[in-house]
Amino acid sequence: MPSDPSPVLNPLQPAALGAAIPTTSEFDATKARKQSTLIIRRFFRHRLAVAALVVFLLICAFGFLGPLIWTVSVEDTTSRGYLPPSGAHPLGTIQTGKDMLAQLIVGTRLSVQIALVVAIGSTVVGVALGSLAGYLRGAVDSAISRFTDLMLIIPQIAVAAILVRALSGSWYTVAFILAAFAWMQIARITRGETLSLAQREFIEAAKASGAKTRWIIFRHLVPNMIGTITVNTTLAVATAVLSEAALSFIGLGVQSPDTSLGLIISENYSQITNRPWLFWGPFVIIVLLSLAVNFIGDGLRDAFDPRQTKVRA
Amino acid sequence: MIRYIIRRLLISIPILLIGSILAFFLVSAAGNPVAELKAKPGTTPQQIHDLEVSLGLDQPIIVRYWRWLVNFIQGDWGQSIALGQAKVDIFSSVMRALWITARLVVGAEILAIVLGVVVGVIAAVKQYSIFDYLATSSAFLMFSMPIVCVAVILKTYGIRFNNLLESMGMDRWLSTVSPASGGFQGSFGHQIFQYTGTYLLPTLSLTLISFAAYSRFQRASMLETLNSDYVRTARAKGISQRRVIFRHAFRNALIPVSTLFSLNAAALFSGAIVTETVFGWRGMGFMLVQSIRTFDPYMLMGWLMVTATLVILFNLVADIMYGILDPRIRLA
Repeated sequence: MPSDPSPVLNPLQPAALGAAIPTTSEFDATKARKQSTLIIRRFFRHRLAVAALVVFLLICAFGFLGPLIWTVSVEDTTSRGYLPPSGAHPLGTIQTGKDMLAQLIVGTRLSVQIALVVAIGSTVVGVALGSLAGYLRGAVDSAISRFTDLMLIIPQIAVAAILVRALSGSWYTVAFILAAFAWMQIARITRGETLSLAQREFIEAAKASGAKTRWIIFRHLVPNMIGTITVNTTLAVATAVLSEAALSFIGLGVQSPDTSLGLIISENYSQITNRPWLFWGPFVIIVLLSLAVNFIGDGLRDAFDPRQTKVRA
Repeated sequence: MIRYIIRRLLISIPILLIGSILAFFLVSAAGNPVAELKAKPGTTPQQIHDLEVSLGLDQPIIVRYWRWLVNFIQGDWGQSIALGQAKVDIFSSVMRALWITARLVVGAEILAIVLGVVVGVIAAVKQYSIFDYLATSSAFLMFSMPIVCVAVILKTYGIRFNNLLESMGMDRWLSTVSPASGGFQGSFGHQIFQYTGTYLLPTLSLTLISFAAYSRFQRASMLETLNSDYVRTARAKGISQRRVIFRHAFRNALIPVSTLFSLNAAALFSGAIVTETVFGWRGMGFMLVQSIRTFDPYMLMGWLMVTATLVILFNLVADIMYGILDPRIRLA
């Protein structure tokens, strides 16, 4: 491609942008490189982000594969309450006599599930509404933007708490409720990006060749915003973990028989002085989880947009 | 400017109106305040019906909304209809809770902005220094911490600190419960002692969380400004480093941070709710949890309307700051 007499950047093929940066040796410059390969390579060069990814995968493994190794049932209440850590209960038992480690495994799994559902759900809704508003403009834009403003004026935690009380405290209800009030941010960002992208020539070309709105949005607009979208999704995961914790803490989030890291913390925080392991266990997991996701988001941002690279501590 | 503010306030009236309709439907659909009575054995259907009639719950929702709206605009926000509780006036109890929360939140937010901006600027100016690494990593850590944990840890160590003070023969300083209702008594020195002791820990936990967001944002925005062409030009002209940073870069780096102010409003509310729960303050957070538990519809409406108005005001303040910082954005 560099030998092309008129090196016009073809926006339909964003790989051209990456190819213009001489990141690799001359040797494999001859190979066709996809943009995704470049991004993945850049991400893996970000050591902290890779470490964060490993931590995130370990936490997921703890939650999802943990029950295979630690077979004590969460529901088993035969032990006495508040036993100190021992061989039978590495993290002791909680007030009702349930095993803390088993609780943590289930809580981690459900917290991760909630966070992923919230992140993916809010991203899908936000991107759909934001790109529609930005691309169609006019009345559709006004309607969607005003609706977004409206949703933003009521605190998410209050509405979510009211709905959880009205519906139920199972993990998926909490996840869907949180997702229903988390898409506004990404909708605004997507709308802004779409507004500027829609002015570009390749969109005009697509329109001229008779592409339908849906085609333009999903084949031309969304792929060009994928960096912003991915970074915001990872940030939404971290926010969702923290929102769930806050909601469960005030007693209007996940409820028994389901459990979550937030619920475990709220049930055990009064024991921080007498039985510190009951508090610090879920605390460490929840902080590691949101730290890891934030670092992954940082790494992805640098990988998608190398101009913004900022090495950080 | 004044015309702009008036126009913005007028625009927010229909937004609040539509918001109130949505909120009313949400609150009414959420639960029936007499449901708990129905579950109780020994109540006849007649009693329940009488109660519903006396509370106006037998009317269709549109009628109820209209009645609520007319009263609300006239300043009569209704009475709490939660069962088993005194029928308190909603307006006065929401305002009392708001006053408690405001004393907590306003101080914390101002502290967070000032500290966050200062730390962010220093971290950007001295990029890759030890200070930068410390500030950046601690901000990252605070940013990833649930406020519940921050508050709980602060409370625990506050109690330990008090025990330490007591063992050294001094009074317990840090209060981990709500402020006394009668205000602070005693000599001036003693009042300051009580005041700081009461506010320190809750304010600190709220400040830490917001501070993390502000310092991260300020650092990124300051770095971007410092690397821009006009700053390089200013340096090339021989302007002193100090003048470049404060006159040329700092002011422009504040512009994106002012948007964070309005975005942070929601986080501030949820932070306040959790902090109040941990420290047992009877502010807006306590009120929300209480009225959700009892399905107290008019109390919830009062709460939601007040917070919605506050969010709108936050946005307005952010936009005005935006206009002051960036004269290219005309507020007219």
